[in-house]
Amino acid sequence: MSDRVSDRVSDRVGGPVDVAALPDVATLPDEEELWAAAATVPDPEMPPLTIADLGILRSVSRDADTAVVTITPTYSGCPAVDMIEAGVVEAVSALGVDAGRIRVERVLAPAWTTDWITEDGRRKLAESGISPPRPLLIGEPAGEMPKGEVAVALTAGLPRRPMGDITCPRCGSGSVVELSHFSSTACKSLYRCESCREPFDHVKEL
Amino acid sequence: MTPLLTYVLRLADDNLIVAQRLGELIASMPDLEEDIAVANIGLDHLGQARNFYHYASELDPDGRDEDQFAMERSEREFLNATLVEQPNGDFAQTQVRQFLLDAYQVPLYGAMTASADERLAAIAAKAVKEARYHLERSSAWVVRLGDGTPESFERVSRAVDYLWPYAGDLFHADDVEVELAESGVAVDPATIRPTFNATVAAIFATANLTVPDEAYVRSGGRTGFHTEHLGHLLPEMQSLYRAHPGATW
Repeated sequence: MSDRVSDRVSDRVGGPVDVAALPDVATLPDEEELWAAAATVPDPEMPPLTIADLGILRSVSRDADTAVVTITPTYSGCPAVDMIEAGVVEAVSALGVDAGRIRVERVLAPAWTTDWITEDGRRKLAESGISPPRPLLIGEPAGEMPKGEVAVALTAGLPRRPMGDITCPRCGSGSVVELSHFSSTACKSLYRCESCREPFDHVKEL
Repeated sequence: MTPLLTYVLRLADDNLIVAQRLGELIASMPDLEEDIAVANIGLDHLGQARNFYHYASELDPDGRDEDQFAMERSEREFLNATLVEQPNGDFAQTQVRQFLLDAYQVPLYGAMTASADERLAAIAAKAVKEARYHLERSSAWVVRLGDGTPESFERVSRAVDYLWPYAGDLFHADDVEVELAESGVAVDPATIRPTFNATVAAIFATANLTVPDEAYVRSGGRTGFHTEHLGHLLPEMQSLYRAHPGATW
């Protein structure tokens, strides 16, 4: 086993291997470098954004000789999580850390919210033709709710609700209609702009 | 099984079985938007199921993993409420089944976010956001069908009458849930029943539908006594795994 590790290190540095020189905790990149590497991983479903832009990347740390990267899924059933994990391992490996010493942990709490998408992330979404989620306001819904949403108000109290209006990411018009509750991915819904007539994706507030 | 493991499996099984039912509809819905919706809602439920199974595997003295819970148990070992195993039927039946489940899961998960069990609280905090969105959709469909044409009203009324006795199973608590609720871990379904009733009453009133009488409840799902439908669902869901146990992609 140790021979195999040595072989890999040998391949990487291209020279004779001194077992004592194998990377240990002292040679693990520091947390800043680990974060910077993990933060380059693109989101598989919205590749212009990184997992840091989306707020999926929660933390990095060093546990003895292992680099630990913590991520959180957007939705319980998000199918992209496995791919994100593979991306993180690849990005951190590129720093010279053996893949066996990289651990990606998933946490559910606190639950991901679209409020964690950074300003940079929102700008990139809009530039890609995707309407960014609106900020969420904590509080009770105000005014009259359309029918069908009565139940939601009754049961959940809608502790958070989006502020402002959805606008077309192409022409900026506020005259938009929702075509479908779900769109190309679970985290988006489909809209059409009534001004420029273009359909567009909107990242649902969560 | 410990009461906690039993409880976690009940939560997991509700979600897995309804996800399987919704999966059956992919590429069969009346339009593309509904097709995408049914796939995504199914995916949410599957994700919630996996979170619960993952926790269950840590609680299980036999160390079964997610796949073994889902694919190696037989009908009598599944602990889902009988509502979720009911067939898709027509479009109205699918939407009413979803609505009744959503109207239950929103207050369930909402209350569970305060559970003394941190894992359950974390899974619920994630799931409640998804459940709210599901409820918004299924409520809108129940209203649209009930307040629609005579044909749609007829069909949605039939679906309500058919599914109502099974919805009662969601609230059929036994000692497992009551005792876990006393220690602040589980949600006693009796405490969320008023919210469920209020949701149903509000939506049915808007949809011109009548809330059925509490005449008969088809309970038993929580202890593994199911309707004939689960026995047909499982072989299809499990066939690949049973033919190739332990296979991975």
